[in-house]
Amino acid sequence: MKKENVIEADQLTKTFGDFTAVNAISFEVKKGEIFGFLGANGAGKTTAMKMLIGISKPSSGTAKVAGFDVYSQTEFIKKNIGYMSQKFALYDDLTVKENITFFGGIYGLSRKKIKEKRAQLISELGLEDISNKLVGSLPLGWKQKLSFSVSLLHEPKIVFLDEPTGGVDPITRRHFWEMIYKAADQGTTIFVTTHYMDEAEYCDRVSIMVEGKIEALDTPKKLKEQFKVESMNDVFLKLARNIEAP
Amino acid sequence: MKRFIGFIKKEFYHIFRDRRSLFILFGMPIAQILLFGFAITNEINNVDIAILDHSKDATTEEIINKISASKYFTIKQIIVREADIETVFKKGKIKAVLNFEKDFSKNLIKEQKATIQIITDATDPNTANSITNYINAILQNYQQSKNKGIQIDYQIVPQTRMVYNPELKGVFMFVPGVMTIILMLVSAMMTSISITREKELGTMEILLVSPLKPFQVIIGKVVPYIFLSLVNATVIVLLSIFIFKMPVAGSLFLLGAESVLFIITSLALGILISTIAQTQQAAMMISLMGLMLPVILLSGFIFPIASMPIPLQIISNIIPAKWFIIIIKGIMLKGVGITYVWKETLILIGMTLFFIGISVKKYKIRLE
Amino acid sequence: MSISLSNISKSYKKVKAVQDISFDVNPGELFGLIGPDGAGKTTIFRILTTLLIPDEGTAKVAGFDIVADYKAIRSSVGYMPGRFSLYQDLTVEENLSFFATIFGTTIEENYDLIEDIYVQIAPFKNRRAGKLSGGMKQKLALCCALIHKPKVLFLDEPTTGVDPVSRKEFWEMLKRLQKKGITILVSTPYMDEAALCDRIALIQNGAILDIDTPKAIVSKFPKTIYNVGANNMYKLIQSLQDYEHLYSVFPFGEFVHYTDQRESFEIAELKSYLEKAGLTDIHIEVAQANIEDAFMELAK
Repeated sequence: MKKENVIEADQLTKTFGDFTAVNAISFEVKKGEIFGFLGANGAGKTTAMKMLIGISKPSSGTAKVAGFDVYSQTEFIKKNIGYMSQKFALYDDLTVKENITFFGGIYGLSRKKIKEKRAQLISELGLEDISNKLVGSLPLGWKQKLSFSVSLLHEPKIVFLDEPTGGVDPITRRHFWEMIYKAADQGTTIFVTTHYMDEAEYCDRVSIMVEGKIEALDTPKKLKEQFKVESMNDVFLKLARNIEAP
Repeated sequence: MKRFIGFIKKEFYHIFRDRRSLFILFGMPIAQILLFGFAITNEINNVDIAILDHSKDATTEEIINKISASKYFTIKQIIVREADIETVFKKGKIKAVLNFEKDFSKNLIKEQKATIQIITDATDPNTANSITNYINAILQNYQQSKNKGIQIDYQIVPQTRMVYNPELKGVFMFVPGVMTIILMLVSAMMTSISITREKELGTMEILLVSPLKPFQVIIGKVVPYIFLSLVNATVIVLLSIFIFKMPVAGSLFLLGAESVLFIITSLALGILISTIAQTQQAAMMISLMGLMLPVILLSGFIFPIASMPIPLQIISNIIPAKWFIIIIKGIMLKGVGITYVWKETLILIGMTLFFIGISVKKYKIRLE
Repeated sequence: MSISLSNISKSYKKVKAVQDISFDVNPGELFGLIGPDGAGKTTIFRILTTLLIPDEGTAKVAGFDIVADYKAIRSSVGYMPGRFSLYQDLTVEENLSFFATIFGTTIEENYDLIEDIYVQIAPFKNRRAGKLSGGMKQKLALCCALIHKPKVLFLDEPTTGVDPVSRKEFWEMLKRLQKKGITILVSTPYMDEAALCDRIALIQNGAILDIDTPKAIVSKFPKTIYNVGANNMYKLIQSLQDYEHLYSVFPFGEFVHYTDQRESFEIAELKSYLEKAGLTDIHIEVAQANIEDAFMELAK
């Protein structure tokens, strides 16, 4: 059974004046896939992701996200995606419950649905005792788990994660990945942007962007075989070196 | 010493590379002084008024002519019914209505008494007050000219003379106020922001973990602003002399010396703020709320201290700006010397030492 | 000892940032503090750089007491705080010469120490620090911390937010500095960087889990680890968590790391259990423990 594509990008390009931030990238992501979108800072990851989530218009090329066109149907795209970044996640000065209610509200869930989701989420994460505590007082790991769950509240087709596990302790990090696997298993597509190569090892497939172009795209296993190295970090180092010193 | 000069050099780089602070430094003083000088004024000029004349006789006509001849008022409308008074006020253009009673001349001759009602729009109380005063003055003047030659048993003729600002120019009052605000703003806000910026960026950590002594850091932060504030004070004085023709009656040297004193007071306050605030934003909020508002409201700059409720009058004493305004008004307008303002100067010196004392005590050689 | 801490504790209001921390760093050693965000790494750095006074315990840096001799420490250590603390509006060269001046030295005087780092950023010496890439900021910050030839170098999370190439170069630079006799204390949340240190302290929630060489820490791992892979990661984890002999299971890239409670463990037995659970493409093999495995075992 061939799974449907939820992201299709073809020759997607973004230029700022003379500078080409994203240079004709093409790729597709399947339903339920965990897709790693890697690259150094300034390689064009963020610009590419902004085009995919509909907040930046491409200069040329085409792309469809969740079946919608990135030029003309950005409103529909926004309804069908979730987003979680390391920097902005939840409001520290609202309680766990208030955060869930607020984000449920902005995603347009009905009051009944919010109540239902809230109860489900709190019990799944085991937050019953602290559901009335301010999010600011929770440990970082809990915040991240909660914020991932919140990004799934409206049952989006795709969730974009921006460096989701940087700085978290190893155990919490693994719990976090278990949550990601679960969401993927239930059919949600996970799009992870990161420059932390260790996170790439967990993805089904990864693309590596260098200077605006996708220079490699495959499963971590095959990439490691192809470059004859032990880790994704080494894959990246080799790739960057090849391009820097041709 | 080389370290110290290196530090000051760096501070000047910061100031000249940040457009925002450059604007606050040099744009604000000029903008403020022009704004206060030209736009905001208590003087009245060409105020639109309406007339409701129930008698329409020779006397009322003379009075009306006299009023309309003055440069202060323009008669915009003649109304005929009492009911219209409210209508014209509601439209908003007309600021006052003169209501002459019926048989004005007749009453004046028969009963030696006739009434004019002056109705003013007191939504702006200051203007309303001025309008009433001006009209009263015109009426009085008219009355005196009429009574010439007639012997009245006794008569008190008030002779007013406005000294130090005979034309009652608003700008004379605002220049000292604006100068105070600018010096306060530049000195206190800019230093506190520049110190907290280092905290925010984390560079303060490196400065602390360096052989640079804390007082060197502080003095290094302050020196550029003393210099810039003085430049500012000079610009303001020059502007007021050449554009607003405001005389500086007293000694320029004394004015400069008092300004330096006040700059140091403000810098000490700025340092004090930076020991409390952790972020640039907090420093700015504290400077604006804690310094600017009291300076504007309680220093006597806009609202006379003497007409404030007693508690506010007492509070106004702890505001350095109040004393500085008294000093520079004295020097600029009255031309007094140090013998007249030594008390205020001592108070400012005392306050400065107090603020520096607390800052030194509160300044941390560590992070907490 | 270049750095020595004994029984250091520090609290902020109610929160205990570090509790009863003791360790020594030998002269010329590259010592790593490895732990997640909020473990207390920055607090330890600030105590050692005399920016904070500990509630309890004593510490010495380069032979000086951190409280009594704080001035002596301040002129003999280099410190690179967590965020690259540079003046964004000054150029590369201006930043460097500023830091040289406040430490009473010049760029020329200690140029040999920073030369091989500075040449990499020298082409951009007239660029404002705010316009540099993360990797270049990191190099400039390191130059600034080294400009007065410190005896001890404190680097708080120098590789956070920096791309893999710059990270690798950075560690190579540290190795070279170490050869020049500088003692280095470095912190990082990235477990894979632990192997690059001479010795490490694993730290979590303000307490030290273990101190040793990276090799020794890994070799102490008590169990045999198996890499287990299958067609569906989520179902694999679920099934393993339900397995009666499970000791621990953690996702590790394309596999999970599985440990068993028993001494006598049969791969075939687990394989048939997983097959029964409906998984396919099952792959089980013995794997090497790494620092993360050790950290998780110790943190349990």
